Amino acid sequence: MNGGPRGVDVDADRTLLSVLRDDLNLTGAKFGCGEGQCAACTVLVNGVATKSCLTKVGAVEGKRIVTIEGLAPEGKLHPVQQAFLDADAMQCGYCIPGMILGAVALLGRNPNPNDAEIVIGMNGHICRCGTYPRVMRAIRALAGNGGRA
Amino acid sequence: MKRRDFFALLGGGIVVLLDDEIYAQETGGPRRGGDAPAVPLEIGAWLHIGETGVVTVYTGKVEVGQNARTSLTQAVVEELHVPPESVEMVMGDTDLTPFDMGTFGSMTTPRMWPQIRRAAAAAREMLLDLAVRKWSVERTTLTIADGRVSAGDRSASFGELAHGEKWTRTIPASVPLAAAADWKVAGKSLPKVNGRAIVTGAHKYSWDLKRPGMLHAKVLYPPQFGAKLISLDAAAAEAMPGVKVVHEGDFVAVAAPEVEKAATAVAALKAQWKPVTAAADYRTVFQYFKQTAQDGAAKAKNLTPYTIAYIAHVPLEPRAALAEWEGGKLTVWTGTQRPFGVRSELVQRFGIPEERVRVIVPDTGSGYGGKHNGDAALEAARIAKAVGTPVKRNWTREEEMTRAYFRPGGLIEVAGKAAADGTITEWEFHNYNSGGSGLQSPYNIPGKKEQFHQTKSPLRQGSYRGLAATANHFVRESYMDELAQSVKLDPLEFRLKNAKDERLRNVLVAAADKFGWKGRKKTAGRGFGIAAGFEKGGYVATCAEVGVDPKSGAVKVLRAVVAFECGAVVNPEHLRNQVEGAIAMGLGGALFEEIQFGEGKIATNRMSKYRVPRFADMPVIESVLLDRKDLVSAGAGETPIVGIAPAIGNAIFDANGKRIRRLPLMA
Repeated sequence: MNGGPRGVDVDADRTLLSVLRDDLNLTGAKFGCGEGQCAACTVLVNGVATKSCLTKVGAVEGKRIVTIEGLAPEGKLHPVQQAFLDADAMQCGYCIPGMILGAVALLGRNPNPNDAEIVIGMNGHICRCGTYPRVMRAIRALAGNGGRA
Repeated sequence: MKRRDFFALLGGGIVVLLDDEIYAQETGGPRRGGDAPAVPLEIGAWLHIGETGVVTVYTGKVEVGQNARTSLTQAVVEELHVPPESVEMVMGDTDLTPFDMGTFGSMTTPRMWPQIRRAAAAAREMLLDLAVRKWSVERTTLTIADGRVSAGDRSASFGELAHGEKWTRTIPASVPLAAAADWKVAGKSLPKVNGRAIVTGAHKYSWDLKRPGMLHAKVLYPPQFGAKLISLDAAAAEAMPGVKVVHEGDFVAVAAPEVEKAATAVAALKAQWKPVTAAADYRTVFQYFKQTAQDGAAKAKNLTPYTIAYIAHVPLEPRAALAEWEGGKLTVWTGTQRPFGVRSELVQRFGIPEERVRVIVPDTGSGYGGKHNGDAALEAARIAKAVGTPVKRNWTREEEMTRAYFRPGGLIEVAGKAAADGTITEWEFHNYNSGGSGLQSPYNIPGKKEQFHQTKSPLRQGSYRGLAATANHFVRESYMDELAQSVKLDPLEFRLKNAKDERLRNVLVAAADKFGWKGRKKTAGRGFGIAAGFEKGGYVATCAEVGVDPKSGAVKVLRAVVAFECGAVVNPEHLRNQVEGAIAMGLGGALFEEIQFGEGKIATNRMSKYRVPRFADMPVIESVLLDRKDLVSAGAGETPIVGIAPAIGNAIFDANGKRIRRLPLMA
């Protein structure tokens, strides 16, 4: 969990999202819909963007989980976080932690996505404020260097 | 907060109180009685500079993504010459901030923004006064920059100047302000002041908050709106370890240590409800509006009907509240656009004095007009009182989609005539239920008739970004094209023919120029549309290019150009962000958002059943900002939404000759 082992004694059937938020106090992963439609709850499981609202906590035992809180552990922003700031890619910000982790995963598997690939890669994420053009701009700015600035 | 409490709470320093009697009269608040020598009733904002140099500003406005926190910080920086990092903006806390009617109606920029500039300007003068007194220098020799006052080789930080002081000054809201042409910081793109907390996930929304011993609560809602509870068997839920059941009349709720357990417990309640007969469903509702019009329906026979569906706000953070009772005082943290309104709801519900209720609004996961009331707050407070622990009431998406209020549906009937030269000679326009905002045509039409008809609504309805201006602009601007077509005039030319308002003409021309309206080339399956309007002090014109599949009729919006003029621009980048967001959101209501309901139930009760715009739906969006430094800044969160639906509808007609007279267009 975010670079180190964490143990929790909880019912294995609970969702990863509620355990992260309520038991581990990692509230950066957001509840948006509870049915995998909005991706506000996205975290990385072994590097793969995963909807934590649909994931049982028992299914991630022993796996590497990165939440938004683990992306800048030393306080130095991850390049994707910085790119979102630079593009002013947020309004209310509720979807943004999930968006950022989705973008990290996208750039991890395709370091140089074109616009169509960004749309396909990010289409599961909903931003109701409509910052989509700015999220595109943020990811576009990193394309070509695999999410490294 | 009482006057003497300022320094007790904040330490020494200087305080500016802004006395806005006009605003207080207009808004009817705060009507506070009682014995407390409270801050003067008319205070609109206050500002404190402490001994550490931190500037703290108190405003009852809230941040819901419109970036008011940033624009209001800019107001302080502009006048006080202090780095943005030194400014702390305390927003929407009924114990700490002055009364405010609410964050809606695009009022923050035209009303609160100049107030805070005035307070900051007064504080600046107080700091200069202090320097004159302490250094015995001429005022004209002083300079103020970057949080310091200097004269010759002397220099002091704001904190040093404020040290040991307990000085309060009340100023009127009528103090003149520097013209926009002279702004140094305002008018520039200050980045979102708490952006870092957003991208690191550190910001705590209402949904994220916790208190020691807190339980999660769920409410048992009736299966149909308005159904009454006949009987309840709560034995199975009550037998679950850690679960508490609250039953007060028709109100039934459970509380449990874990959110999953609360959900299991509420599902285990066995309730019988008396069925109700619903008045209308989402197809029959338009007729229902006309039947229930309080002032009678329009008589004219030549009216063309348009229909507007009910839609949902779908804020990504569903309603949430955390309530805690301690020593007879209730504190509620909740995402609302009306903290003082929610306080009033709680005061009424529990019959306790205002002083014993505190509502705190963390920066909220959006609202769009959907979070005006205290539904979640009332539930959380009620359950917390019954179970005796702090209670969290986080609405699920399904609850948000079914229990919140909606943007009203509407029936709009319109008729008009144009002379051969394009002059509109007749105009009659009736709006049933959807609302009166934007009802008045901004075009010059002598003898026009425009009427809003109040009706019954089968669904709970309320505010929404732009209110009815979206519906009224959709119909008006669609019908403008129908009239242009009737006299075979270009839609832009037809509008300019009937628009005398210079600001309206300016946005039309600016949008058309950027879009390349005059040089547009028709190809198969492509169409171009234009629409314009005026609302909340701002003018907007929108051009859209669409592709329409000839077989399926499916529409893809390819490009949208928006020209927007809202007076002097406060923050260009954030304004562009609002314009783009308004297009994105407006696209949903234009094309596919529709609440489907019947038999007292919402069928579109989840995100998987209610489509909202995604990345793949986005057109290329270009915005043209007409910065009028000679005009007062208007709010900008709402108006840019009104033009996109008619621009798309008109573009579809241009593409395939089909006039669609309903929202959503693709229903």
